[in-house]
Amino acid sequence: MSDYRILNTRAPRVDAWDKVTGKAQYTDDLKRPGMLYGAILHSPIGHGKILNIDTSRAENLPGVKAVITWKDVGTQPYGVSPARYDETIFCFDKVRYVGDEIAAVAAIDPDIAREAVNLIRVDFEPLPLVLDPLHAMDEGQSQLHEMYDHNICAKVNWNFGDIEEGRSEAAILRTDSLSSKMQDGAFMEPQSILAEVDGADNLTMWSSTQAPHYIQRTIAMALNHPLHKVRVIKPAVGGGFGPKASCSTAELAICMLALKTRRPVKFTFDREQVFLHGRARHQFHHTMTTGIHRDGTLAFLEHKCILDGGAYASFGIATVYYAGSLLGGPYRLKNMKYDGYRVVTNKPACGAQRGHGAVIARALFEVQLDRLAEELGMDPVELRLKNVMEAGETTCNELFVSSFGMKEALEAVRDSAAWKRKRGELGQTRANGTGIGAACGFFVSGAGYPIYRSKTYHATVVIKLEEVGGGVTVFSGAADIGQGSDTVLAMITAEELGVELNDIRVESGDSSRSVDLGAYSSRTTLMAGHACREAAQDVKRQILQAVATRLEIPPESLEIKAGKVISLTGEIDFSEIRREFLQEHKGFMDTPEGPELTFREASRIAFLELGSVVGTGKYKPPPLGGSFKGATVGTSPAFGCSAQIAEVKVDLETGEVSVERITGAHDCGFAINRTQVEGQMQGSMMMGMGEALMEQKIFDSEGRILNRNLAEYKIPTSLDMPHLESIIVESNEPNGPYGAKEVGEGAIMPVIPSILNAIYDATGVRIDELPVTPERIVEALQKKKLENEL
Amino acid sequence: MKKIISLTVNGKVVEVAVEPGRTLLELIRDDLNLPGTKLGCGLGDCGSCTVLMDGIPTFSCLTLAIQAEGCRIETVESLSQDGHLSKLQEKFIEKGAIQCGFCTPGMLMTSTELLRRNPGPDEHEIREAISGNLCRCTGYQKIVEAVQGHSEEGEK
Repeated sequence: MSDYRILNTRAPRVDAWDKVTGKAQYTDDLKRPGMLYGAILHSPIGHGKILNIDTSRAENLPGVKAVITWKDVGTQPYGVSPARYDETIFCFDKVRYVGDEIAAVAAIDPDIAREAVNLIRVDFEPLPLVLDPLHAMDEGQSQLHEMYDHNICAKVNWNFGDIEEGRSEAAILRTDSLSSKMQDGAFMEPQSILAEVDGADNLTMWSSTQAPHYIQRTIAMALNHPLHKVRVIKPAVGGGFGPKASCSTAELAICMLALKTRRPVKFTFDREQVFLHGRARHQFHHTMTTGIHRDGTLAFLEHKCILDGGAYASFGIATVYYAGSLLGGPYRLKNMKYDGYRVVTNKPACGAQRGHGAVIARALFEVQLDRLAEELGMDPVELRLKNVMEAGETTCNELFVSSFGMKEALEAVRDSAAWKRKRGELGQTRANGTGIGAACGFFVSGAGYPIYRSKTYHATVVIKLEEVGGGVTVFSGAADIGQGSDTVLAMITAEELGVELNDIRVESGDSSRSVDLGAYSSRTTLMAGHACREAAQDVKRQILQAVATRLEIPPESLEIKAGKVISLTGEIDFSEIRREFLQEHKGFMDTPEGPELTFREASRIAFLELGSVVGTGKYKPPPLGGSFKGATVGTSPAFGCSAQIAEVKVDLETGEVSVERITGAHDCGFAINRTQVEGQMQGSMMMGMGEALMEQKIFDSEGRILNRNLAEYKIPTSLDMPHLESIIVESNEPNGPYGAKEVGEGAIMPVIPSILNAIYDATGVRIDELPVTPERIVEALQKKKLENEL
Repeated sequence: MKKIISLTVNGKVVEVAVEPGRTLLELIRDDLNLPGTKLGCGLGDCGSCTVLMDGIPTFSCLTLAIQAEGCRIETVESLSQDGHLSKLQEKFIEKGAIQCGFCTPGMLMTSTELLRRNPGPDEHEIREAISGNLCRCTGYQKIVEAVQGHSEEGEK
């Protein structure tokens, strides 16, 4: 299929053996001598002034080694976006959501630590709650932060093209709304942290994080600890999906406890704390007016969104921008207006989650396309095909798509799912309980800019040869959180060096190994992949140069293939080098044989010639984006795109939806690892299906989450999930390593709307509030029945 | 007051003193130093802590250590022998049934038990068996394929 030996295969994950034997170490599996255990005191109320904090009883509890509040750590603001540093490690003047952090304890065992936090007495003066995002901006509402007038944390007002011209030209236009509920990441591993300080004040923190680099910076900044003395190590991580990308109070507090006690301190969230901490998907309220020409081409989109961001900004500035910018593709759309408002409320802060900011916007827009197609009497897939962009085009908000298999992806799912046969007559909604729906998606392949303003490389990789010969170690800051980036780096290195996968060791996820901005915005394969390829080529050049010097031949005449150095210009006598190698290996049994020079010999000779052989690689995107405010969000060196067809059965009596089959196609540019690309697509399908049909955080009138466990916060089980068909589309991205681009997040984009469109086909009713629960379907069916009778 | 209990863990008889409130999961992870079994929720919702107790898949986070007195416990650490993976472990690797790996130990234990009592399960039987084990990464597809692949080829 391709000329590669290792890339584009189904190579097993490099961490698979550890993970099936139980030997993979997650943060909570780590132990250090003399380790203490942490606990955190959360606010029991949603909004209130702190009048007094009394920690004396906790301090006097035997076994307690430290109790800290804002008095110990100060009130240095921090956050994700430098323009919105609105968090402090601990609350000092007021609390803003049920779960806000007030104090932390370190004790000799976890039970004592938990008991101690319960002994801390806090007096509050309750303040009025702000819970409804649609009224958070109203006059007279309680203000959460002084810096956010009318509780508006961020707003975007964009106008691309000429919306009025688009409106005047449109043959049909319609306005629709869609709202969602706050989500939880529901990763299987609760956040866990272990921090330790040595005699020279070097602070090391192991954490189940997605972004060691940003966490390192935030710790140094918030704790005023020298940046070069903070090291963040990410052990195996049990999923992240976004919420683990931002630095948490828990991370900062545990570091502070380690600094204060000079002992290692460990702390792991219980599942309830995962829900309280949040930082997952925002709640969105979208309204869109879309106009279309008679021939089915798009005329304009006018879009307004209010996002419920919870109590703090977290990643939310990017979220409100992404919610608008990523509708620029995958269709040709000349005129687009977007007004986005992110408000703060007394709920856990929301942040990034797979498909950051863009999934509900995508869902509504794709629903609108289906509704417009119905009004036009056009097949919805045909309507989409009429509008899809091609490689080389630029969106109205100045996003350039350098590769784009959108048409191929849509045709692939259409044909694979037998769309035409199953869909039946054009524009005919069956409403007989069986439905099929299609949708497309569009997503960045790595954010074009870092979160803080900097000229930093986004990824660097260092590759070092074992001096003894044969082994290769890849050092990278990239964070494998389960998506498989370690395997991608190993495959690239093995391919470039012409060796086997099991000759490569990957040491990654460590802020001291190299710079990598982290596992977010679907960036790792493209960015760390580029850096890794460059580092491997650097190492290879040095090996061949060293061997060529010994042989007194030009290095260009040599190549490494399948673990052997070969000559491209006729036979070469390697016996001198072999003799030298053997002389150093008297007594060893695994001596090299055969006429060719092994990689082991060549890399040993390179050491003897050059000393330790180290190769480096780096990647930074070129300057991207337009000059308008917020133009950087949504920029990317490449864009992924995807299409999906969902088939559902709906019980018209009970409203219960069963997803029978999902067929998805994703353009990942080039599949470095085919199994892992499918894995990302299938995981996206599941997360999207959960959001469409079951997932929602339910709050009571005091701002407490009622369903803060995995029984009542429902995610799909193996019985809920249908057969998933995943089709890989490869478009050869010019800005990606080997043509590769993203799959991790983009694949979720079409999931929700394809299911919504299928439900409409099955029922004849549209639901404008997610999740689409059986109650909502029954209600809509009853309403429709009443209307028909009138 | 601690109580001394005796149980068999991965074929070895162990005697340990445990507090009455200590869970089987804490015993396994902290006292016996077998961290392969994971704590995902502590409420029996996610299945990450699944072990086999007298051959039956059991949420070790909901089981008190003292309830395991005299029982035979199998954890993920027992599946490979002398560095050789079980066929099911190999299939999990080959089919790509692993992403973050946090649910994997529990999935393996539940599936191991299924295959013992039903060597040739169909897709629905597999989905039913693992429905108490949540996975957020894979969409379950490749896990189902791994268990199916095992049953098609059988234990080597």
